[in-house]
Amino acid sequence: MTDSKHRSPQGMGFDTLSLHAGQVPDPTTGARATPIYQSAAFVFPDSDAAAGLFNIERAGHVYSRLSNPTNAVLEERMAALDHGVGSVVTASGQAALHLAITTILSAGDHIVSSRSVYGGTHNLLEYTLSRFGISTTFVDPRDMRAFADAIQPNTKLIFGEVLGNPGLEVLDIPTLSELAHAHHLPLLIDATFVTPYLCQPIELGADLVVHSATKFLSGHGVVVGGVVVDGGTFDWQSSDKFPTLSEPYVGFHDLVFADEFGPAAFITRARKEGIRDFGACMAPMTAFQILQGLETLPLRMQKHVANAMEVAKYLEQQELVASVSYPGLPSHPDYELAQTMLPKGCGAVFSFELKDGREAGRVFIESLNVFSHLANVGDAKSLVIHPASTTHHRVDEASLKASGIGPGLVRLSVGLEDAKDLINDLKGGLRAVEKFNKQRASQAAKPLEAVS
Amino acid sequence: MKVEIHGKSVAYSSGSGHPEHNAPAIYFLHGAGMDHTVWVMQARYFARHGYRVMALDLPGHGKSDGPALDNVDALADWLYGVIGATRSGADSVTLVGHSMGTLVCLSLAARYPDLADKLVLLGTSAPMPVADVLLNAAQDNDHAAIDMANTWSHGQRSLLGASDNPGTSNLHMGERLLERMGDDVYFKDFSACNGFSTEHYDAIHTPTLIITGDQDKMTPPRAGTAVADMLMNSRLMHLQGCGHLMMSEQPNQVLDAMSAFVLT
Repeated sequence: MTDSKHRSPQGMGFDTLSLHAGQVPDPTTGARATPIYQSAAFVFPDSDAAAGLFNIERAGHVYSRLSNPTNAVLEERMAALDHGVGSVVTASGQAALHLAITTILSAGDHIVSSRSVYGGTHNLLEYTLSRFGISTTFVDPRDMRAFADAIQPNTKLIFGEVLGNPGLEVLDIPTLSELAHAHHLPLLIDATFVTPYLCQPIELGADLVVHSATKFLSGHGVVVGGVVVDGGTFDWQSSDKFPTLSEPYVGFHDLVFADEFGPAAFITRARKEGIRDFGACMAPMTAFQILQGLETLPLRMQKHVANAMEVAKYLEQQELVASVSYPGLPSHPDYELAQTMLPKGCGAVFSFELKDGREAGRVFIESLNVFSHLANVGDAKSLVIHPASTTHHRVDEASLKASGIGPGLVRLSVGLEDAKDLINDLKGGLRAVEKFNKQRASQAAKPLEAVS
Repeated sequence: MKVEIHGKSVAYSSGSGHPEHNAPAIYFLHGAGMDHTVWVMQARYFARHGYRVMALDLPGHGKSDGPALDNVDALADWLYGVIGATRSGADSVTLVGHSMGTLVCLSLAARYPDLADKLVLLGTSAPMPVADVLLNAAQDNDHAAIDMANTWSHGQRSLLGASDNPGTSNLHMGERLLERMGDDVYFKDFSACNGFSTEHYDAIHTPTLIITGDQDKMTPPRAGTAVADMLMNSRLMHLQGCGHLMMSEQPNQVLDAMSAFVLT
């Protein structure tokens, strides 16, 4: 149709879907909550039905690596929230990214990726997938021309995160999706930092979405999981670039996924090949726990965003803070884009730079009491990490700078506590840095003989 | 897959089947704005059971050449030609239609009574009037036509994001499928539905299974019951908790009903 830009149907609202999507009361027991189907396998009604399940004629479950009723509720809820035709949940966010990539890419193929991505993602793209013949060119996420220039004849995928790491660059998804589609390429987006409550990449033009469900989707920080959502928007037969979907698959009796499944070609192959063969499936108990988190996602994200904004504004005014990188602040280079792309807020993960470098960062985080010092984000509890003294402690300052990480850079994941308590905790940390600086200055000022 | 008929390409799915020369043939006709992929599960079932499956893209839909036709009898004549060119050595022909596709089945059965051995009609109504608001939006190629029809085509369970097919959103599948159609196709389809009348047809004696969904807002169950009453040899099955897109909303129940009727 002329007015063909995809959009969401006139269905239920986001808050309703967060609570209900994918689940109706259990028809056998009447259970209102989603039951945990802790079963590895499922009984076949008869041989013909069994053959029908294997042959994708019948709906149902065979073996929990392939699908499970509890997992299916989570998958359908995420498809509903992200406006996808379907989704597959995985053992972790990394497994979700791997599944998305390997469903359409093979040895000899190439990815153009934002260079501001999660460290684990960088490792997968730069070091691990390259061992299997899939190469990646990394580009500045703000430079659309760089994305275009990096596209090669064997490029099969454009990838980026809604909010870059660690600089919180806002990826211009509408522009990048137009660029990708002009080259007959799909756009895959990692939306972990924003969740579908703050940003629905498929609505903005992306074709595929991955999340680490460990983070805000769960909110409780007790499980590890991931999800791949298929927008059903990309025409895999518009070129000969995607043979896994447009040509017969010997591993499934010459099935041509795009021919038979239409908009669901990608997600069907992801389940029938990627989860079947790589096997990085989610445990049903994990799916249940993520579902508990999703029920309160809208409420939590509102508080996360409100707290993050208060904390960011506070930090921006502090003498010891060199800069705050949060797209919700007018000082951020992508503030204007964020206003249009992320009108409900820019998430709750951001970084700031302490003026006094690596030692100041170490002193700061070790002085915090409410913020927990650990390597995760998206918990209901506030979290903090100082890369230069922890994850990147072996890296020299020049290399840190090349990664966009200053020696005094501190990353916060702002939780759901009272904002005043978070700010008081940060005040304590800054006071400790001040004290440390004074001690260091007074020691430096002492004459040598006084020390000896 | 594609076959060339009268210089035009007709796209179809065989359900991954490899039929014998004399295999019974089964033709699937999709509804307004859709394509053959709505039949994926049923097509694969009958292919596995030895049928020559032809899940067709109607003219101007999916990957079949256009133009789309705005008249049910013209669509039935097109189907008559497709069957003649593709049935191979089949000694029986079954027609399965959904929504607008059911009208094509009825037209063919009325005007060529010896062609089809059985009919299966899912979500049918005869006549099949289309609301002005939908017709007008389709005429303007306004996306609102897709939103309206897709929302009205799903039962409560699908609207709440639940699916029998693990991990699937029936609602968004419907939306994305409809978004693939070209300009004016929806209006032509709805015009075909709106202009359909059984008045000039002789009585249809072909054994017919009619499947209705109790939450179907596009072709309410009472309309399907009226079609069953109109036919000389029909049986009726009502699906509970099901909307208009019953092939994806309740695939197992549809398959059980179809296999019991078609295979016996």
